[in-house]
Amino acid sequence: MNITVTLNGTVRTAEVRPDTTLFDFLREQGCYSVKCGCETSNCGLCTVHLDGHPVLSCSVLAVRADGHTIDTLEGLQEEAAAFGACLADEGAEQCGFCSPGLILSVLAMARELQNPTDDEIRHYLAGNLCRCTGYQGQLRAIRRYLTERKEASRA
Amino acid sequence: MFTAERYVRPATLQEALELNRKRSSTILGGGCWLRLGRKRIGTLIDLSGLGLDQIEERDGWVRIGAMVSLRQLETSALLKERFGSLFADMTGHIVGVQFRECATFGGSVWGRFGFSDILTGLLALDCEVELAEAGRIPLRDFAARKADRDILAAVWVQLDGRKAVYHTVRNAGTDFPVLACAVSCGEGETAYRLSIGARPMKAVSLEVTPDTLETALDAVSFGTNLRAGAAYRRHLASVLANRGIRELEGEQA
Amino acid sequence: MSEAKFVSRAVRKKDAQALMTGKPVYTGDLVPAGALTVKLLRSPHARAWIEEIDCTAAMKIPGVVAIYTWQDVPQSRFTTAGQTYPEPSPYDRLILDRQIRCAGDPVAIVAAETPEAARKALDRIKVRYQVQEPLLDFTKAKDNPIVVHPEENFRTLCDVGTDASRNLCSTEQSEVGDVEAELAASEVVLTRTYHTKANSQSMMETFRTFCYLDEYSRLCVVSSTQVPFHVRRILSNALEMKKADIRVIKPRIGGGFGAKQSSVSEVFPAFVTRMTGRPAYLEYTRQESLTNGSPRHEMQLTVRIGADRDGTLRAIDLYVLSNAGAYGDHGPTTIGLAGHKSIPLYGGLRASRFSCDVVYTNTMGAGAYRGYGATQGIFAVESAVNELAAELGIDPSVIREKNMVREGQIMPAYYNELCGSCTLDRCLARAKEMIGWDEKYPRRVLPNGHIRSVGLAMAMQGSGISGVDIASVEIRLNDDGFYTLLVGCTDMGTGCDTILAQMAADCLDCDYTDISVRGVDTDQSPYDTGSYASSTTYVTGMAVVKTCEVLREKILRQGASMLGVSEEEAEFDGKRVWTADGREVSLSEIGYASFEGHNRCLSASESHSSPVSPPPFMVGAAEIDLDPETGEVQVVDYAAAVDCGTVINPALARVQTEGGIVQGIGMALYEDVWYNADGRMVSDSLMQYKIPTRLEAGRIQVEFESSYEPTGPFGAKSIGELVINTPAPAILGAILNATGVAFHTLPVRPEDIAMAKKPSDC
Repeated sequence: MNITVTLNGTVRTAEVRPDTTLFDFLREQGCYSVKCGCETSNCGLCTVHLDGHPVLSCSVLAVRADGHTIDTLEGLQEEAAAFGACLADEGAEQCGFCSPGLILSVLAMARELQNPTDDEIRHYLAGNLCRCTGYQGQLRAIRRYLTERKEASRA
Repeated sequence: MFTAERYVRPATLQEALELNRKRSSTILGGGCWLRLGRKRIGTLIDLSGLGLDQIEERDGWVRIGAMVSLRQLETSALLKERFGSLFADMTGHIVGVQFRECATFGGSVWGRFGFSDILTGLLALDCEVELAEAGRIPLRDFAARKADRDILAAVWVQLDGRKAVYHTVRNAGTDFPVLACAVSCGEGETAYRLSIGARPMKAVSLEVTPDTLETALDAVSFGTNLRAGAAYRRHLASVLANRGIRELEGEQA
Repeated sequence: MSEAKFVSRAVRKKDAQALMTGKPVYTGDLVPAGALTVKLLRSPHARAWIEEIDCTAAMKIPGVVAIYTWQDVPQSRFTTAGQTYPEPSPYDRLILDRQIRCAGDPVAIVAAETPEAARKALDRIKVRYQVQEPLLDFTKAKDNPIVVHPEENFRTLCDVGTDASRNLCSTEQSEVGDVEAELAASEVVLTRTYHTKANSQSMMETFRTFCYLDEYSRLCVVSSTQVPFHVRRILSNALEMKKADIRVIKPRIGGGFGAKQSSVSEVFPAFVTRMTGRPAYLEYTRQESLTNGSPRHEMQLTVRIGADRDGTLRAIDLYVLSNAGAYGDHGPTTIGLAGHKSIPLYGGLRASRFSCDVVYTNTMGAGAYRGYGATQGIFAVESAVNELAAELGIDPSVIREKNMVREGQIMPAYYNELCGSCTLDRCLARAKEMIGWDEKYPRRVLPNGHIRSVGLAMAMQGSGISGVDIASVEIRLNDDGFYTLLVGCTDMGTGCDTILAQMAADCLDCDYTDISVRGVDTDQSPYDTGSYASSTTYVTGMAVVKTCEVLREKILRQGASMLGVSEEEAEFDGKRVWTADGREVSLSEIGYASFEGHNRCLSASESHSSPVSPPPFMVGAAEIDLDPETGEVQVVDYAAAVDCGTVINPALARVQTEGGIVQGIGMALYEDVWYNADGRMVSDSLMQYKIPTRLEAGRIQVEFESSYEPTGPFGAKSIGELVINTPAPAILGAILNATGVAFHTLPVRPEDIAMAKKPSDC
């Protein structure tokens, strides 16, 4: 069946099966930033934005996205650049495999939460697993990103 | 992962009900649980076109649509105003935000899973479920039933002043609970309603007073799985029930 | 070398920009269009003999291209352990074997045009098994009537005491001094047995490989591996092919932690490409990675410590039984570290003994996981010392101050190596300050009834494998004066491409951005044993230093010749070659000139191997919050003081430390590989095998107490593995201090704590 979605700002129509996951669809569309780390909806690597909300693309069917807007890291380069720089400065990307999913969750969090505490950040991002960093460097990067973001919006 | 031959997004609940009479049909909620199996599905019935994603107050009840996401439950201003942090406490440990954006309230309730935080929490309140065919029935009756071909449309929670608190123990923060325990107290009542889930069997509810608590818990069965043994669960039931009771006493005082 | 400009600076990783923008740089992003999907049919039984396989129905599924069974594959046994030849790991595998040795052993390889066709084919293959009783309890494996490897062509290349008929993968014993006499003379002897489970590395990118034939008809293997050169040899053994016909390429890797020091996924698509001539891709599911990966060896460790009442340690006797599982990958070598990298933490011992057996069973074959046996050994020895301290009523930090190894000592249990750089004493003092040990030891009770307590442990590791690991590096000067750094070690997110470039920049007095680094391609990169055994910074780093020295001489010679003077009359400062009388030629000009016919291209390549493996050291101190009613434990603060010698990149070293500590927290409290009664691994998803989320990670403080290692590049030692070793003993030490109960089996779960008999109950 055909679906029409707005993917990273461009309207696309594509043929999908009723059981095609959004994850498979996005990889087929060339969105290689979207990664898969498990089969059980646990890891958060495949996080993308569906109508601006962070969702697990492995758990959403492509047909569900029909008529909706999807954003992946490929389409959010500008918004993601500042946080990406913070992560890189901390060396907290390490292997980088979980980074796109984390970045999308952090962008969603920054839109949703005002001045989150460390515990609120941990809670919001608990669904983003990372095996390299122990999460500390990510937290430092997030703190810096949120501070800079706040200062920029004040200026 | 399941396979599906057809996908339909019905415009009415009645249409969905008709489609679902076929054994090869399956209702698509969030899909998070469904994808773990390898079910071969004929028609996948998507309920997302029925407006069941609303949380609204009507005539002394709060109606929570089956397609409301767990994330909506967690962040709903209405639920927070009416029930304090209860719904956030019930949902906040479930995997992660992006999972809770996908998973639906109806999926949790319909599954009647032993580990369900949601069912455990709801059983401590005065709830009715709204089924497409059978209409409104008490949640407790629904929980005891086996899954059939009916469709869950919503859950109604009565605004009768009952206050509830929710506690779990988990081996790790976003893991399934080792034991879940909701305690509630109606306005002016001296007895407490206790709901114990993840025993690891389905949640049960019982009426207790601090004096009858231990005897009542002795009558509840607990089991052993990968996460913990029966004796520990029995021990936790006592610990968490007492904590809940103390918390409610504190609120009343 | 002049003053360091990039070494010890937190420069960004060379690949940061690509990773932060989600570029397609990993194996799975690069699969050529039209590649066959490869999937494996796996045995549901832990031990069985394949009577018959019927693929007729499966072959009829549209899109199925080939199905291979044990009858189709070469019959030479090999090991998938990525180690220097001759490997200590026995040659005990076939690509597909008729004898099933663990649940999940591959039974058939399916190659199909689409994943759907491959999946359908798996369901249609009919296998008749003769199911046999499995040997699952590793404590009963030695001399058990069930023999895991009865095959005649089982072979070993090294004498490691293997006896397959007794299920013995290897055995070893070494003794320094007279242990029995010292134990007999000790005022206190404490004997304890510990049990560590298998752990899964759980790197976010599962095992994956694609293969194709290149324009020269050679087999090209693009794989997420830590050991590309070893993979070339392993494939040559497994496929009975000439090494000359194989090329292995390593793109960016989504984590390894030792898992990818075994060739887990490569042989299957390689075999398919060899047979069909077509590109083929195999991606392990998370389930496969968990059920048939290369996890940490499960071990049972018995420690006997002899001490005097004042806390002076006299002797340590350690016996370790290790479960190799179905295959002996890394079995004979991981075990050695359990003893040789735990006992030497104590410098004043009069005697020590380490003995061990590694046994085969019908559980999943184990492999290499960060720490590589040292983690298990240090958990046992450090836990025993914590228990001894409690028994003697001595502060566990004081007993360590009294007995720890110190710089300048010879370490008899560590191959008699000199402890040439060590700030363990400073690490201990600093970690105590960071955690607030003196105020917090042993415990305090909070108003909510929770107990706050502290515990600590010391750790060491090595830096490469002495006399075995070899690294070579090539650096080329290009026109316009920039350099290409070619390395054979494998950056798996650790940042070694970056830190080696930092070193090269300082050695060559140039900017870090003037050095371009290439990942590994066995056709093009200089030989390196690979990134494991904490070798890269120390061994490959030294190869960089040596290579730069030679290249500098060549640049100087070229520049001097262009100026018409002798080398003695000229100097090279990184930007130009110049003379005292004010004449100069720029590096750019030298670069251009070297590409012109009358001159020589300027490049240098040097190898390095180290006769020693200097240990990095650290102290980890944990503060926990323990709910005595529910048994829940939260690590609220973790202080790590680390001596890895000179820190080359503080940001990356810090993140490595934090990551290792959180993996260690997982090992201590959450991660558990479970088998059911039939031998099937049931914690086979991230839903069941719980690696820490950021909710479990708590706060981690890291500080470096750097020594200077004279044999290392810029004074550096290793860091990657060391950092996983302290959490388990430190956290269990804190639990002991909170509850009075010593736990001996990992992980310790809330249930264990809440239901434990308190000492006062006994």
